[in-house]
Amino acid sequence: MNLSIQLGRLTLPNPVTVASGTFGYGVEYARLLDLNRLGAVVVKGIRLHPVRGNPTPRTVEVASGLINAIGLQGPGVDGFIEQYWPFLKTLRVPVIINIWGTTVEEYAEVARRFDALEGVGALELNVSCPNIKEGGAQFGTDCTLLGEVVAACRRATRLPLITKLSPNVVHIAPYAQAAEAAGSDALSIMNSFPALALDIETRRPKLANVTGGLTGPCIKPIALKLVWDAFRAVKIPIIGMGGIQNAADAIEFFLAGASAVAVGTANFYEPQTAFQVLDGLQAYLERHGLSDVRQLVGAAQA
Amino acid sequence: MLGAPMCEETVTILANERDTDAYFRLVVRAPQIAPRVQPGQFAHVRIPPLREALLRRPFSIFQVAGDTFSILYKTVGKGTEALARMRPGETLSALGPLGHGFTVPAPGGETPWLVAGGYGMAALYLLAERSPQRGLVFVGGRRRVDILCEREFAALGWEVRVSTEDGSHGERGLVTQPLRAALQRGGVRCKLFACGPTPMLRAVARLAEEFAVPAELSLDQPMCCGVGVCLTCVVPIRTPDGWEYQRTCTEGPVFDARAVLWEVPDEKSEKRTPEFKV
Repeated sequence: MNLSIQLGRLTLPNPVTVASGTFGYGVEYARLLDLNRLGAVVVKGIRLHPVRGNPTPRTVEVASGLINAIGLQGPGVDGFIEQYWPFLKTLRVPVIINIWGTTVEEYAEVARRFDALEGVGALELNVSCPNIKEGGAQFGTDCTLLGEVVAACRRATRLPLITKLSPNVVHIAPYAQAAEAAGSDALSIMNSFPALALDIETRRPKLANVTGGLTGPCIKPIALKLVWDAFRAVKIPIIGMGGIQNAADAIEFFLAGASAVAVGTANFYEPQTAFQVLDGLQAYLERHGLSDVRQLVGAAQA
Repeated sequence: MLGAPMCEETVTILANERDTDAYFRLVVRAPQIAPRVQPGQFAHVRIPPLREALLRRPFSIFQVAGDTFSILYKTVGKGTEALARMRPGETLSALGPLGHGFTVPAPGGETPWLVAGGYGMAALYLLAERSPQRGLVFVGGRRRVDILCEREFAALGWEVRVSTEDGSHGERGLVTQPLRAALQRGGVRCKLFACGPTPMLRAVARLAEEFAVPAELSLDQPMCCGVGVCLTCVVPIRTPDGWEYQRTCTEGPVFDARAVLWEVPDEKSEKRTPEFKV
């Protein structure tokens, strides 16, 4: 049975990955999980400088979901290379580094820095974080800016580029097409939804950042529809994500057009989820007499 | 680099009984987790009857015996209420042991003084049990029913000093009042170990500073993943270069009192991270 898939020049040994920001830098789970069973390890967003992150409270649990406003706390490129890369480079599966910046030039510089690092699998461009005032979402909700960021990174590196799109747009197709036209090798669909939770006693927002990004099972049907729409608009492969908790959820994403999937919020409460998805996916393929996961991609008919 | 050994285990409930009022005592069989527990560590528990609430709930580990551990909890929300309805024989998924716990006192070192508010007592029990020397336990609560496991500490040979806000048990007032009196009397080289509500911990930190005694505090923050990836449970911690957000689940829950910043420093007064320029 073939489970491997291609993202540009990058081969994933299987199509089950993890969503950036829900898996730290991999090492945190190394005692608990065999990371080499994943399709890829996707690390939390890195910009050029260290980032302190937002004040607390940073997350709030809601019905079948989670709203977060972490604020991309992270060690910056140098801190990442010093603290986390020595471990990550020992993994046998691809490591995908999620990057972001506040200007087109910063995105390109971060891409250039990682281009010079031996062993990186791919870069995922975060153009869609809802919790950062400058940078992030502004690039994901303006087609022209999105094209500029992707093109600048394309010039800065030969590494495969995966553009992580924002769900917060009227139609996703033009954004998917802009990323493809600018040289993106694949798309991640999608980032979190802007959302709010209020404390009715204090009449104040539950998050210090006021708003945050909604993730978890409650967003799955919306994410699935975005994958469906994007699949019909571009030829490059899609990594589908949004509320995946089990193999059945993941299979829906493949059928809608995803070539790979990422487990996100579920990592926070069930770290084994990616492996349960992988096992269940294999069982499903066997049960349906399929020999290759690629036979599922976009196989749903309207 | 790989951090503390932890595991995910399906644990079986052996007992889940009301202690006093809204407090419950849960005992589980956890052969993987129990033998690894260090004082001040916690378990992160998934409560299966919760359908729409996805996240695990963190609980300080109270007692360990062979392949079992117990927790003390108070029903404060839908998670703990659902847990209180669970029966012996049912199972839970637990991640643990997690976090950086208390430093077990060295023989001949400072005399340990434990300071607890309410069910904060639970997080201090293993320390009391494994400490080579006995000391004082200051425990406080609003009412008599909020004073838990007084007998257990006494049975280990610790002297327990109780205070309640309504005066229904022990001295009337806050736990920090008898602590202050004892520090003022002096004559003992002591170290404080505290767990309880944040205002109590902050008061303990102030006393530790005022009397120049070392103190370790177990902080309680809302938590999500419990293993250091989500960055929900961060607190501002003093560093050689200023301060940074550290994770209560990983660098904590136990921190040196001197390192804890109780307020986030005013960022406007700080040197800003330079914006990137080409």
